[in-house]
Amino acid sequence: MTVAETEKKPLPAPSKVQQKVQQSLARRQRQEKLFRGVGISAVACSLLLVALLFINIFSKGLPAFWQATITLDIYFDPAIVKIPERPVQGAEESDNDFRERDLAWRSAVGMVNYNRLIQAGLEKVIPDALQHRRDLARIVTSGERFALRDLVIADPTLVGQTKTLHLLTDANIDVWLKGNIDRSLPDAQQQLSAKVREWVDQLAAEGVIQNRFSFALFMNPDSRSSLASAGLAGAFMGSLYMMLVVILLAVPMGVAAAIYLEEFAPKNKLTDLVEVNINNLAAVPSIVFGLLGAAVFIGWFNLPMSAPVVGGLVLSLMTLPTVIIATRSTLKAIPPSIRQAALGLGASKMQAIFHHVLPLAIPGILTGAIIGVAQALGETAPLLLIGMKSFVASVPAGPFEQSTALPVQIYLWQGNELRNFFEARTSAAIIVLLALMLSLNALAIWLRKKYEKRW
Amino acid sequence: MSNDKLQTATVTSADINDIKRQESLAATAAQPVKITARDVKVFYGDNQAIHGIDLDVYQNEVVAFIGPSGCGKSTFLRCLNRMNDTIDICRVTGEIKLDDRNIYDPTLDVVQLRAQVGMVFQKPNPFPKSIYENIAYGPKLHGLAEKKSDLDDIVESSLRRAGLWNEVKDRLNQPGTGLSGGQQQRLCIARTIAVSPEVILMDEPCSALDPIATSIIEELIDELKQNFTIVIVTHNMQQAARVSDRTAFFHLGNLIEIGATNELFTNPKQKRTEDYITGRYG
Repeated sequence: MTVAETEKKPLPAPSKVQQKVQQSLARRQRQEKLFRGVGISAVACSLLLVALLFINIFSKGLPAFWQATITLDIYFDPAIVKIPERPVQGAEESDNDFRERDLAWRSAVGMVNYNRLIQAGLEKVIPDALQHRRDLARIVTSGERFALRDLVIADPTLVGQTKTLHLLTDANIDVWLKGNIDRSLPDAQQQLSAKVREWVDQLAAEGVIQNRFSFALFMNPDSRSSLASAGLAGAFMGSLYMMLVVILLAVPMGVAAAIYLEEFAPKNKLTDLVEVNINNLAAVPSIVFGLLGAAVFIGWFNLPMSAPVVGGLVLSLMTLPTVIIATRSTLKAIPPSIRQAALGLGASKMQAIFHHVLPLAIPGILTGAIIGVAQALGETAPLLLIGMKSFVASVPAGPFEQSTALPVQIYLWQGNELRNFFEARTSAAIIVLLALMLSLNALAIWLRKKYEKRW
Repeated sequence: MSNDKLQTATVTSADINDIKRQESLAATAAQPVKITARDVKVFYGDNQAIHGIDLDVYQNEVVAFIGPSGCGKSTFLRCLNRMNDTIDICRVTGEIKLDDRNIYDPTLDVVQLRAQVGMVFQKPNPFPKSIYENIAYGPKLHGLAEKKSDLDDIVESSLRRAGLWNEVKDRLNQPGTGLSGGQQQRLCIARTIAVSPEVILMDEPCSALDPIATSIIEELIDELKQNFTIVIVTHNMQQAARVSDRTAFFHLGNLIEIGATNELFTNPKQKRTEDYITGRYG
């Protein structure tokens, strides 16, 4: 370009430019204000919705962490608790023989009618108990007799002693005392008999029945016979085993796949196809993964139904694309100058990646992995299809045992017939799940901050 | 330098019948040829970036590549240690020899080449590790030190030769990224010489530095010349004039002129060179 060319078109006079700028100023400022307003209201709306959600869950769920508990002096009457002496392993006895004798002793301890101990305890605090024996049996939830049995197994010397115990009351009593049922309803529509309601109000006024922190919620598995002692322990362990499987499978596989695809794979039609498919996989509805899991893992590989290992495998498939995409974008963000520096010194490609790129990428990879795992933790739909929604009344001892998962437990409790009791229980389970997820996310943030380096 | 080697150098140069090159050769014929490039063409996909370059670099000299942006000088520099391999769509044809060995020979491992031909980049790029680790990485990689004390010696002598030792000797365990820009670039130079290369390529090593840091690096280049062959790409013609023995002028992917630096700047043979160095374009 020459000087002559630029002279062809004269520039506008400076005064005219100023005038034009002045004219457009008001419009620009208006637009800016409008955009800010829209942005702020969008943020406010979403905050409001989140706040509503949390207020709703916490107001419903928090009371469930405290449960109506009755304090009774239980006399372990030797006349009722008739048990043989606890076997001691003899010097010449084999382990198997001893285990057999011990088991026999345990089942003998289990045969005792602990309900009679509880009733005797209740008779001490309820004057007219003997006239209403059937009502008396409705006060303490049925699962508590096993708590007494476990106490005796742990310490057989209890027999003959009196011990003050906090026992969970029936779920309906908890509902009644918390005011979760209309007290003016006629007898026919009440779950509790008139006598029990009268006793319970009296006991609550005397302080014999109090709201105490519910350890049962955390220590017990689900229950249908003794609703008040239904807990999250089984679902929690199930979720934990699934997370283990996901962490052991999806994270290393995803990271390895991402490193290969990003750093080593040649750029051709095939790798393009793989990349498109990975991105599509991330968008597949999760229930489809459940169908696949049922067909492949249970149908072909004959893995057990309702087992956390199958759940973990299905969730790994679901998490894999998340981990791959997160890892790849982290690797992409590492400045090329670091690679060049290493390559320029004579490092091979793999050395450059493993010595320099990966250490820098670790915070990002960890964040992606943890967010993927947190997503998997909250996933419900695929688990329903592989049998994890069945009722399991025990805490799984390993990943191959039947179990359920936290989000599925929420789904199950949400559908329980005793709405008045389980509505709060459900929200409490949601709080536990949310707390778990938030702590996972907090861990991700902490790890990122810890390993983040400037370059 | 023995007389034998001198002889060889002269013979090699006699093979070359390009007058332009012979003229330039005369200036530094005292040294044997280190790098020979013949008809080097570089393509980025369908785009040809370099159109057949013939060039020799002699041992222990400093050659500067100058030219306007996009003239191919950096691309050509990166051919000399095959850094262009890292770009998928980049294709190099022609022949580049280092000590009579074709560096694009498929049997030659690029790792070996890069240990011989080190590189300093435009932007200082220390590893986000300690100063010590930055220097020790290359020697460790190639197994140059058997004992910790050997490694310590390499680190110290590299830092000394890069003129950085006195500034960092008390904080070798601090991150290299915490140094100033000029120090970082000297750290990168120290890191490069720690693997004892024969040739050092510098791709605009001072473009991100202030004038004082630049002058320190320039002095350093002058000292390094004793032991290394240096090829430097620069945008700054004064810098080329200050540090180099010979200067090559690139334009639009062609080598327009190469000659002794004072010759090229005072008495350019080509019109385009003259236009560029007098500031008509660029």
